[in-house]
Amino acid sequence: MAYLSGENITAAYDYSVPILNDCSVEVNKGELAVIVGPNGAGKSTVMKVLLGMLKQSKGSVMLEGKDISKLSVQKRITLGLAFVPQTDNVFPTMTVEENLEMGAFLRTDDISKTMEEVYELFPILYERSNQLVGQLSGGQRQQAAFGRAMMTKPTVMLLDEPTAGVSPIVMDEIFGNILRLKKSGRAVLMVEQNAKQALTIADKGYVLVSGSNEHTGTGKELIADPVVRKSFLGG
Amino acid sequence: MPWFTDILNAVVLMCNFMIVPALSYGSQLALGALAVTLVYSVLRFANFAQGDTMAFATVVTILSTWVLQNSGISFGFMPTAILAMPIAVIACLAYVLLIDKFVYEYYRNQNSKPITIVMASVGVMFITGGIVRFVLGPSHQIFSDGARFIITTREFKEMTGLSEGLAIKTSQFLTVTIAIMLVGFVFYFLQKTKTGKAMRAYSDNENLALLSGIDPAKVVRVTWILVAVLTTIAGVLYGLDKGFMAISYHQLLLPTFAAVIVGGIGSPIGAIVGGFVISFSELTMTYAYKKFLIYLLPEALEPSGLVQFLSTEYKFAISFVILVIVLLLRPTGIFKGKVI
Repeated sequence: MAYLSGENITAAYDYSVPILNDCSVEVNKGELAVIVGPNGAGKSTVMKVLLGMLKQSKGSVMLEGKDISKLSVQKRITLGLAFVPQTDNVFPTMTVEENLEMGAFLRTDDISKTMEEVYELFPILYERSNQLVGQLSGGQRQQAAFGRAMMTKPTVMLLDEPTAGVSPIVMDEIFGNILRLKKSGRAVLMVEQNAKQALTIADKGYVLVSGSNEHTGTGKELIADPVVRKSFLGG
Repeated sequence: MPWFTDILNAVVLMCNFMIVPALSYGSQLALGALAVTLVYSVLRFANFAQGDTMAFATVVTILSTWVLQNSGISFGFMPTAILAMPIAVIACLAYVLLIDKFVYEYYRNQNSKPITIVMASVGVMFITGGIVRFVLGPSHQIFSDGARFIITTREFKEMTGLSEGLAIKTSQFLTVTIAIMLVGFVFYFLQKTKTGKAMRAYSDNENLALLSGIDPAKVVRVTWILVAVLTTIAGVLYGLDKGFMAISYHQLLLPTFAAVIVGGIGSPIGAIVGGFVISFSELTMTYAYKKFLIYLLPEALEPSGLVQFLSTEYKFAISFVILVIVLLLRPTGIFKGKVI
């Protein structure tokens, strides 16, 4: 049984045609799962359902074997889910440290330990802790976004297209950071446009087409699969 | 050294007629502008009802002052209105929360465009102005009591032996001290407390604030509390200084908005600086420099006219001109606020 799983999910926005059709994803601790697929395949919608921002009409979301399908977003966050949105994922006019504090808003215990952990994982954030996040570079800002999400001490991190719109160099940097998140023992599930690079580092890959699982396998298997290569990875 | 005394006299004259009044008027504008900026950055609309809400709070203060005076309560050399202010803060808070509940909340939940909410606030402005005139009428009311001056011109002349005097009104002294304390408190609150930071986070990125577990209803409530405190105190201090008249409070809207835009929309520090930029511009442009120059210039060069750039009737034109210049040259304002 996987740590976090979405099982046979069907979901739609406002009574329209379902975006997701019987779609399943799962991820374990210390594992990186990547969801790839063409535009409109419902990649980001999977995340919204897992997080509770969109209610599924069928299927269920399980965390540690418990059904969390009916819980609110806030409740799921306290249970260990964290989400880094694709855009607007930081508070630009606040300092790095304040961003981290806001990430821990719901916590009432001492947050300094968690903050140290974040600084240990991303040393650049420690150097820039009193700088406004809006003044950081793209890659550093993404680290601040990861850091903010880590402040709730999550066991699962959901990343929505973390490399959208950044240069190839920054992309490598961000992928490096994601591997560090994984190695720290968390379960990481991300949606990615840069499918090839993402699958290269992924333990598990899901190719979504029109809201259904088209191909599933380890990252290496998917890259080696000629059909996947031809249709989704550009040969 | 007669030339030295002349310079001192010129400086004292300048302080008496320009710097002290500009400091106190600037503080009053700054408090109002701070309230406008808070509403703008958290609730995302320009609150046109600001001036009339100030009038509303002042009316409550005046009525409470009369009650206090009639029951024989006074506050020594300080104006009784200061004692009445807490009552007015509560009344003003109740009023803005009520308005928020029945007007703004609806538009917020609809995710209306800012301009729609601004138009709603214009409606609130007219209603509030109506209530104010209905209760206290349109005429001029003076409600300051206690000692009028901290230092009178005569005392100052006796103390220094100069021929010019520097008078400091109790209201001016109170305005500046209270403004400094209040602004200090607001900045401490926004920068250091968890609720203040949550307000800034909400203003920065509403969706991420929700994801972080910040309760928008609480942020909105706290914002209105700060706005009610700032609005009441700004209104009462202005009234103590210049007397209360519904129309002049309504007209404060222009210099207040000018201050917000000059300082940088949405920037609290900008609102404070903007308030002083506007007040000092108004006073430097409308002050008659004749006497000042007579002290400083040799007799042959003494001016015969008033040496006044604009007559005081045109003081609102100055806010307008500054507004136009800033919007043309630096639309983000001094402290890089948002651009509407």
